[in-house]
Amino acid sequence: MTTIEERERVYAYSDLPGLMSMMTGDEKHGPAATSTLDVLWVLYDRVLRVDPERPDDPGRDRFLLSKGHGPMAYYAVLAAKGFLPVDWLPGFGRYDSPLGHHPDRTLVPGAEIGSGSLGHGLPIAVGTALGLRAQGLAEPQVWALIGDAELDEGSNHEAIAFAGPAGLERLHTVVVDNASASHALPGGIAARFEAAGWSAVTVDGRDHEALYAAFTAPHPGRPHVVVARVEPKTA
Amino acid sequence: MDTMRDRFAPVVTRLLDEDPRVAVVLAEIGKDGFAEALRRHPDRVVNVGIREQLLVGVGAGLALTGLRPVVHTFASFLVERPFEQLKLDLGHQDAGAVLVSAAASFDWPAGGYTHMAPGDVALLDTLDGWTVHVPGHPDEAETLLRQAVAAGDDKVYVRLSVQSNTEARAVDGSRFRTVREGRSGVVVAVGPVLDAVLAGTEGLDVTVLYATTVRPFDTAALRRATETAGTDVVLVEPYLAGTSTAVVNDALSDVPHRVLGLGVARRELRRYGTVEEHVAAHGLDARSLRRRITDFVTGGTATQRA
Repeated sequence: MTTIEERERVYAYSDLPGLMSMMTGDEKHGPAATSTLDVLWVLYDRVLRVDPERPDDPGRDRFLLSKGHGPMAYYAVLAAKGFLPVDWLPGFGRYDSPLGHHPDRTLVPGAEIGSGSLGHGLPIAVGTALGLRAQGLAEPQVWALIGDAELDEGSNHEAIAFAGPAGLERLHTVVVDNASASHALPGGIAARFEAAGWSAVTVDGRDHEALYAAFTAPHPGRPHVVVARVEPKTA
Repeated sequence: MDTMRDRFAPVVTRLLDEDPRVAVVLAEIGKDGFAEALRRHPDRVVNVGIREQLLVGVGAGLALTGLRPVVHTFASFLVERPFEQLKLDLGHQDAGAVLVSAAASFDWPAGGYTHMAPGDVALLDTLDGWTVHVPGHPDEAETLLRQAVAAGDDKVYVRLSVQSNTEARAVDGSRFRTVREGRSGVVVAVGPVLDAVLAGTEGLDVTVLYATTVRPFDTAALRRATETAGTDVVLVEPYLAGTSTAVVNDALSDVPHRVLGLGVARRELRRYGTVEEHVAAHGLDARSLRRRITDFVTGGTATQRA
């Protein structure tokens, strides 16, 4: 049960490690989980127009976690922002828990997609952007978070190559780059998107002000990618 | 006679006009038929280029915003190539769509095996919750397309083919029709194989059921038919042989029964030519069907006597 006090408690960034340790049982967290922590926090704290009281609002922004691996940071942020009860966190991965090692949108309040198999979020995000446009919903923005190694999947490149020429301005991608791809994209990640007509910014993925500035930078007529660099996975 | 596919774009164009939820997603194939629809509804007719993973992903994204996507290309590139997208972007996301395929098992034999998809229905059978329509005539295709689009947020597959029966039957999007009644076996003819089945069973004492919606399978109609015709069941399917054998076994699990699953063979023929030649090569022409069905319902005695 979630008490009123728990729901009304305001969580800060500094609470996230504690929320994550409720899932992992210790103070150390895998790099795949924490690489996304700052990006997720800045998005949910300052950028996304989403409301846990109105999770089905047609006018909400859509955030699609494509990189479903290591979702502890995601669950921690969703809990901190009131989408799911904090007391769900200790059950992480258990048979009767809604919180799996990859998220399921039908089980996790606030999760727009289930993910785990890489390369699915960005194509769905393209369709989401097109669907909102077709219904005359001008406000909602669409965000997909992917990992640098996830860009190995060809499905992303189908989406990148389509979204640029289609001028999907409301589409945003955050690539969390922890240098985990065995074969880095020739020319770099931002250049791949720019070649397809996207607006692109590369920033320090731990610098909240830099992330916020990159997330909110204008990009008229073009989709926008933010490459958020964090410490290499192998470091 | 026009083909099922000739009906597809005009029918869906009318649905685009009538229903603001309807959207069409294409991957180049079939785009010419939607040129006028694209002019009228530029935001609801999307051609993603030759990108079939994106084709299905975009369909799922449209559905998640509340639209009713109609997703179309050849069966090989709609079901086989982006199969994980069907499993995850639609099934796992709990998103609905209408998939409309063309080219079927061997509509374009000269195009070779790359454009043949006899395994499409069997593949969908590994997933939960799909409705599968296999019309046998352009008029039936039109009816079933409309039903598919109107089916809420269901996941529906409509399998169009150039193979067709000469006359259309009334179809209701769920039940089998009894076309002929007999006492020594039940033959279930799926979609465009009906004419060959009727010709092949002429004079035989068998019941012929006509199926245009195969998932869910009308087990009630099958069981009713077995009450007078017995529990020897022959399936004649225009896709991979035996695709529905397990469904029939499950439907009759409480009674002794036999099932013969006829359809397209798994073996790759590596032949070109015509549809008729491929029908014959897979033993689905009227003469072959007559021999195979007769052998089965008589326990092989007919051929032995011959």
